[in-house]
Amino acid sequence: MIKIHNLSKKYAEVEAIKSINLQVKPNELFGLIGPDGAGKTTLFRILTTLLIADSGNAALDGLDVVADYKKIRELIGYMPGRFSLYQDLSVEENLSFFATVFGTTIEENYDLIADIYKQIEPFKKRLAGKLSGGMKQKLALSCALIHKPKILLLDEPTTGVDAVSRMEFWQMLKKLQQKGITILVSTPYMDEASLCDRVALIQNGQILTVDTPNGISKSFSKPLFAVNASNKYQLINDLRNYDLAATVYPFGEFVHVTLKIKNPDTEPLKSYLISKGNKEIQVGAIEATIEDCFMELMKNGERRMNIEC
Amino acid sequence: MKRFLSFVKKEFHHIFRDVRSLIIIFGIPVAEILIFGFAINTDLKDARIAILDKSKDVTTQQITNKLLSSGYFKIDQYLDNDQQIDGVFKKGTIRGVIVFEPGFGQKFEKEGSAHMQLIFDASEPNTANMLNGYTQGIINNFVMMENQASSKNLTIVPTVRMFYNPNLKSVFMFVPGTMAIILILISALMTSITITREKELGTMEILLGSPLKPIQIILGKVTPYLILSLGNVATILTLAYFVFGLPVEGSLILLVAECTLFIFLSLSLGILISTLSKTMQQAMLISMVGLMMPSMLLSGFIFPVENMPKVLYYFSFIMPPRWFIEILKSIMIKGSGFALIWKETVIMVGMTVLFITISIKKFKIRLE
Repeated sequence: MIKIHNLSKKYAEVEAIKSINLQVKPNELFGLIGPDGAGKTTLFRILTTLLIADSGNAALDGLDVVADYKKIRELIGYMPGRFSLYQDLSVEENLSFFATVFGTTIEENYDLIADIYKQIEPFKKRLAGKLSGGMKQKLALSCALIHKPKILLLDEPTTGVDAVSRMEFWQMLKKLQQKGITILVSTPYMDEASLCDRVALIQNGQILTVDTPNGISKSFSKPLFAVNASNKYQLINDLRNYDLAATVYPFGEFVHVTLKIKNPDTEPLKSYLISKGNKEIQVGAIEATIEDCFMELMKNGERRMNIEC
Repeated sequence: MKRFLSFVKKEFHHIFRDVRSLIIIFGIPVAEILIFGFAINTDLKDARIAILDKSKDVTTQQITNKLLSSGYFKIDQYLDNDQQIDGVFKKGTIRGVIVFEPGFGQKFEKEGSAHMQLIFDASEPNTANMLNGYTQGIINNFVMMENQASSKNLTIVPTVRMFYNPNLKSVFMFVPGTMAIILILISALMTSITITREKELGTMEILLGSPLKPIQIILGKVTPYLILSLGNVATILTLAYFVFGLPVEGSLILLVAECTLFIFLSLSLGILISTLSKTMQQAMLISMVGLMMPSMLLSGFIFPVENMPKVLYYFSFIMPPRWFIEILKSIMIKGSGFALIWKETVIMVGMTVLFITISIKKFKIRLE
């Protein structure tokens, strides 16, 4: 559905994206995960025909983003990263304006947005600028959907939205996917990656990996341990000073640790921690989550960057 | 068409929900037209005059030479009869006509008193007043010198007539100017701001990503301002007519048509500015400094263009309000028909076409 081939774009000095290759299948919920400044928005703007790439090409539903930009604009629903609706228009006015812009009416496609719009309908007379973050986002999604797009492009839709609204939002995306819409969504939150069919990790304008969330978890090669102790601050400091520790990342109530040795024996680690005076020590081998993999991949990516520089 | 209408509706919502826009559109025109009621001082040189010498003797020649060598006046043409006076004034190239009665020199020498007539174009009352003062001063000076030389008591009796604006009301001068400034303010400034606002708020990103054509976006943006500007023209004319007693001598239809043309010109300027600037501040700065200030100073609204240094004088040619003010004065005060203002009209049409062409070329169908 979306084909990206060797796409590059440079702003003055900065290379925003560097020869990106990516394919999104029809009816897929595809996640683009990466930190701020990774090049996600640039990629979205090229796909929405708002920017022209320096080299390479991209096609949506077989239409080239440069040559067939007019047709593409009919076909996509786009939700930019910043809240981009009219703050001085009411919820209803915004929605009906965008409906007419795309040559349709609210009534015609009401069934598609019904689930989402129903939640904000009680406030339809309120000005969009006075809505809460979660409601703004629902309104923006409704506006992007009002013309029944084949492809939905969502640039960081969940940034700045509370955890409950974020979960709701992803459930809505799943429902839309069932209605046959291809969705490309970007996010800086790694925990959202596991909700996608496939994800691409993007950093510094380069794609580090593309796989299913499961596939990415499985690609984690080293044994991983979840460690806990009564004094977490001391625990993290001690682990970071441990000669054999390769990576140490706090994850919720545990600290995830990988070792430089392949030996999955945890006894040396335990005795090291005891010797440092940690109490109530728990150490257990665990399956890597997708976040562990990303931390690992990004660390490798950074190392590669440093070598290149 | 439906898309366009809903765009216009949206734009009206923006305007009527923003107090600042409302003040600019409805408050400023009324305030300005009332405030500018005070005369603005000007100075003169090289005013073009015509001379109707019915006597053609040595004395009239002497006075003519004295007038023309003073530096204040420049001869435009010599007339042959009274009927020509009206025509040369309507052409708008001259500021005044000096008429000597038949047998002027003889009466002056023999009877000790001769008559002459000074006629001035008072559609610019300050200028007319000043020219009158200069002329009388020069004539008095001439009479004094003659009296000293011949030790007689000779007099010249000038009769002064002010054309078009017999009471020298300055309102006749500032209404056309204010109208030009207000229309520029609302049409150019507001349009450029409203378009750049969409860029700044990020909504332009969605509009561009939609199937809307650039021309639909632009037309949808400017139509409300066209309507509001026409409303302002009506307000200003009504105020000028009822509060200040300004006449509309010429055709009202022609007047409104020329105003509409000027509004189109200002709107096209506004669109052009918005395509050149990325932020509202930038648009505001360009409109204010690059457009408003020169419009006020160089259009002949405050200072007569004839008195400007050569460079500025030629620069005033590219100021749209200059031509508009000229047209307004001709129609409202002199009652001229289209035949006498077609040149200015053509210039304004040309400017509009030029600005719109550049804007369409410059309008980006994508983000930068």
